[in-house]
Amino acid sequence: MSSKEFLELILPIKQKIFRLSKRLLTSTEEAEDATQEILIKAWNKNTKLKSYNSIEAMMMTMTKNYCLDRLKSKQASNLRIVHTNYTNRENLEKQTEDRDNLSWVEKIVSELPEAQKMIIQLREIEELEFEEIAQIMQMSETNVRVTLSRARKTIKEKMSKISNYGIA
Amino acid sequence: MELHNINELLDKYFDGKTTLAEEKQLKAYFSSDDVAPELAQFKPLFGYYTIEQKSETQKIFKLNKKSNKQWLWAAATVVIMIGIGLTVLQKNPNQPEQLGTFDNPEIAYQEAQKAFQLIAENLNKGKQNIKYLEEFENSKNRIFQP
Repeated sequence: MSSKEFLELILPIKQKIFRLSKRLLTSTEEAEDATQEILIKAWNKNTKLKSYNSIEAMMMTMTKNYCLDRLKSKQASNLRIVHTNYTNRENLEKQTEDRDNLSWVEKIVSELPEAQKMIIQLREIEELEFEEIAQIMQMSETNVRVTLSRARKTIKEKMSKISNYGIA
Repeated sequence: MELHNINELLDKYFDGKTTLAEEKQLKAYFSSDDVAPELAQFKPLFGYYTIEQKSETQKIFKLNKKSNKQWLWAAATVVIMIGIGLTVLQKNPNQPEQLGTFDNPEIAYQEAQKAFQLIAENLNKGKQNIKYLEEFENSKNRIFQP
């Protein structure tokens, strides 16, 4: 496979990689750097790539592992702290009034544990089947469902808290 | 779609039991204008997911990496070092008596002095960095007066 063919093949995957990285690393620049790294890593494994589906799952698993490593390293955790500071207490009240504000959902999702965050990303945004998510996450399908349900319920609870607070 | 259908779907959704098609129905319902008021709280949730699907990077990615060449250089250096090492090791057994011996004690003394001087200079270079610590000590003394 030539590098041009490879880049064309992974054209749709690279945006998925970017979105998953951004979900985990929060910053756009970090996510772009991560995507670049994953593309090079996958390209170096070139000979082992067979079907499109297996490439996608493999690259998404690589993304997951790479981003979790980044988060573990001190540098990235400093970045994360900086970037989650965006909703401070001063504008909390203002945002509560505007219940349509989507940034609330973003904030709630960003507070979920990493595994829940990733499964929310893969299911709600990438709309993947449980089988594919299980492959990417290297978990059983049942486990994916349980984690997803837990994440959805947490989001629901936090959202109704906000909406009740807004009414009161 | 009827409200009780949506409620049923939502229950299934929160239990993680909806199919992708059903989840698309939910997304469609919550993006419409006639969402039941009691369900309006979920509108931003599904709206957020729909918007996030469009998030893309415009960055152009490359497959060649600088560090590939760096590895080549590193490998070349290692090979050269091994080469030099082997030549030196092979020569040594033939003339072991020439290793650092001086006939004249005066010259030996001077050479030893030179070697010590070199070590001392480098030690001092290392010590220069410690000076920064003094600055810390000064500030500390200013705050916690001894």
